[in-house]
Amino acid sequence: MTYFPEEVVEHIFSFLPSHSDRNTVSLVCKVWYEVERLSRRSVFVGNCYAIRPERAVLRFPNVRALTVKGKPHFADFNLVPPDWGGYAGPWIEAAARSCAGLEELRMKRMVVSDENLELLARSFPRFKALVLISCEGFSTDGLAAIASHCKLLRELDLQENDVDDRGPRWLSFFPDSCTSLVSLNFACIKGEVNSGALERLVARSPNLRSLRLNRSVSVDTLTKILARTPNLEDLGTGNLTDEFQHESYAKLASVLDKCKMLKSLSGFWDASPSCVPFIYPLCHQLTGLNLSYAPTLDYSDLTKMVSRCVKLQRLWVLDCISDKGLQVVATSCKDLQELRVFPSDFYVAGYSAVTEEGLVAISSGCRKLSSLLYFCHQMTNDALNTVAENCPNFIRFRLCILEPKKPDAMTGQPLDEGFGAIVRKCKGLRRLSMSGLLTDKVFMYIGEYAKQLEMLSIAFAGDSDKGMMHVMNGCKHLRKLEIRDSPFGDGALLGNVAKYETMRSLWMSSCNVTFKGCQVLASMMPMLNVEIMNELVGSSEMEENHGDHSKVDKLYVYRTTAGARDDAPNFVKIL
Amino acid sequence: MSVETERSSTESSAASGIDFEDTALTLTLRLPGSAAAAAASSSSSSPAFPDADRKRASDADRSSPLAAADADASADEAPAPKARVVGWPPVRSYRKNALADAAGASSRAGKRAAKFVKVAVDGAPYLRKVDLEAYAGYDQLLRALQDKFFSHFTIRKFADDERKLVDAVNGTEYVPTYEDKDGDWMLVGDVPWKMFVETCQRLRLMKSSEAVNLGICSGLTKSRPMRHTPRPIRTAFLKERGNFALLRIFM
Repeated sequence: MTYFPEEVVEHIFSFLPSHSDRNTVSLVCKVWYEVERLSRRSVFVGNCYAIRPERAVLRFPNVRALTVKGKPHFADFNLVPPDWGGYAGPWIEAAARSCAGLEELRMKRMVVSDENLELLARSFPRFKALVLISCEGFSTDGLAAIASHCKLLRELDLQENDVDDRGPRWLSFFPDSCTSLVSLNFACIKGEVNSGALERLVARSPNLRSLRLNRSVSVDTLTKILARTPNLEDLGTGNLTDEFQHESYAKLASVLDKCKMLKSLSGFWDASPSCVPFIYPLCHQLTGLNLSYAPTLDYSDLTKMVSRCVKLQRLWVLDCISDKGLQVVATSCKDLQELRVFPSDFYVAGYSAVTEEGLVAISSGCRKLSSLLYFCHQMTNDALNTVAENCPNFIRFRLCILEPKKPDAMTGQPLDEGFGAIVRKCKGLRRLSMSGLLTDKVFMYIGEYAKQLEMLSIAFAGDSDKGMMHVMNGCKHLRKLEIRDSPFGDGALLGNVAKYETMRSLWMSSCNVTFKGCQVLASMMPMLNVEIMNELVGSSEMEENHGDHSKVDKLYVYRTTAGARDDAPNFVKIL
Repeated sequence: MSVETERSSTESSAASGIDFEDTALTLTLRLPGSAAAAAASSSSSSPAFPDADRKRASDADRSSPLAAADADASADEAPAPKARVVGWPPVRSYRKNALADAAGASSRAGKRAAKFVKVAVDGAPYLRKVDLEAYAGYDQLLRALQDKFFSHFTIRKFADDERKLVDAVNGTEYVPTYEDKDGDWMLVGDVPWKMFVETCQRLRLMKSSEAVNLGICSGLTKSRPMRHTPRPIRTAFLKERGNFALLRIFM
């Protein structure tokens, strides 16, 4: 093998799409390392602080597609202070210096400024795709820069970002020469867009397949747009309120009828129940449907629609659908693979119209189900047992009972056995989030059976350090562990410290870990960054008051080759 | 306006938080709110959508247990807002805000609106958000602020029934202030609750020591008559202070 010319080795490597295979290959010898690094086109950085950006781009100077993730997952739920970090600037600057060939950039949970976007827009002449997910810090001005300068842009995908709206002009900055758009998603932008500019942009984008509008776009504009895009596969609607006239919807229905390629529908902002029947003719061709932003639709509106979606594979919906509605889903959507049921009530112990009954119905009707996110009012061990029996193919199973520590609704027992059944029967499970009353026993099951588990989220669960130890010692493939409000302390934190070098990160907030424990961890494992964050104004104050045995409010541990980061705010202490 | 001023001088005791008469006055005379909008939309609801009424009715049904609970609570003297724990249930804040926007837009259809504003605390490193529409008055808001900022704060009652938020650790007192639509910083409690909800852009809990320097003596004073011409705090002075610059960055 080593006698092959490098070109041949490179050609062989081109058949290795998986990052982990390429990582392995690069460890064989210096020649392979060189060949691999110079031919790597796609780089994924799961934690922006795990490696210095300069180091990453020097190693892979010919990267075309870069993905970087920033803040811990719990940032989604406001558990990470807003200015914690996760800045995109250093990554874009490093790439601008060393990787002029960059074509695609994907970022998740990062702080991206308008200056960053400006630099991005001007630095990469062949830039094609920008995907920002749950990012913040930029405005429509930054998007205007992207629109103006990225002449070859194919994809602009803005998912759930917090964008500062500086008016509707940004969309007008796409030059007339921009005809390459395949995917455009600006659903997260709150304000108006220029409907004329939008129509013109769509009209000169013959390859457009995915278009997700925001709630400012009217039915009339949507109708005009769809008349130009008969090949659209994925549509996020604009505003579908009842302020619009019947004739408008009739026109919309007639253009929708021509969109034979349409497979996925989302949006439905404030959708009026009266608009739903106009969508019926499309339903039979849909594989994806997101109704989770339409609190205006109730059980009957939702079920009339869903019962027609016989090819549906992915359904996102609010709990307004109720158990009865989920039974309709179960009898209609036999191909369902992913289901998300979101709460319409955000209070702790809020009310939800879905329970274990709906989930059991789904599991008996939709045997292909492999991904679940389910917010519900209550759950039972029996139900979870049945679900595990019916759907052993779960890869992602996330269950949230709105009231923390709620026991089995029938027996009053902990839900250990139910979740135990899930991990026992679903051998391919990679992601698990649990809730309800749970003791250390459930962690014993997880450690014993969840061999493929990569990400585990724990809240208000467990009794002692033993619980966490079962997971740390048992789950060989665990990469991310996030825990809140659970009684795990230093014993659990320090029980298997070598494990953290095989994991991407550990988050613990409101647990029993102490400052001293964190110090010990940091001194034992120099390759880890041990970050502690405290609610109180000065963390030094807390130490003075209670000494080393004071509890740490928030702990974030991750492996890194970069050492302590230098952009940490003063409330973050890196040990 | 003259009517409001006259009323306010006679009803100091009504300033306990829930004051629907005052609310109605405010809505009709000054700032069109959700109630006015609801009336407008129901009168204009077109016959092309006969379903609208059914919709509204079913909404009411769905929320009736909660609505009833709220009503009970407000009959008691201390209506506790429903418990909130940061980050629970684990729904992305983006989704919460988007649905809150939706609820705001559909309040015409009889749904409860939501208004999230950011809350900064002098010296604290980060922000929280509160939904002003979730509270019926200043008392509830104050209690919610205490919850939001954890054990950090306690509410302390003073002899004249004045209330302040006090840092339990170091004893620092805080005065709640807010920025109105004109960008002026005001004392929380200076205007009727409903007007406050309409105009408040963000909240800041200012250190009492600074407030004293500004010549502000109290925050939420139960016994003080409501003022309908709010007092701007001298913003020029505020802007000189480092904290304020910091605050700007946070927001």
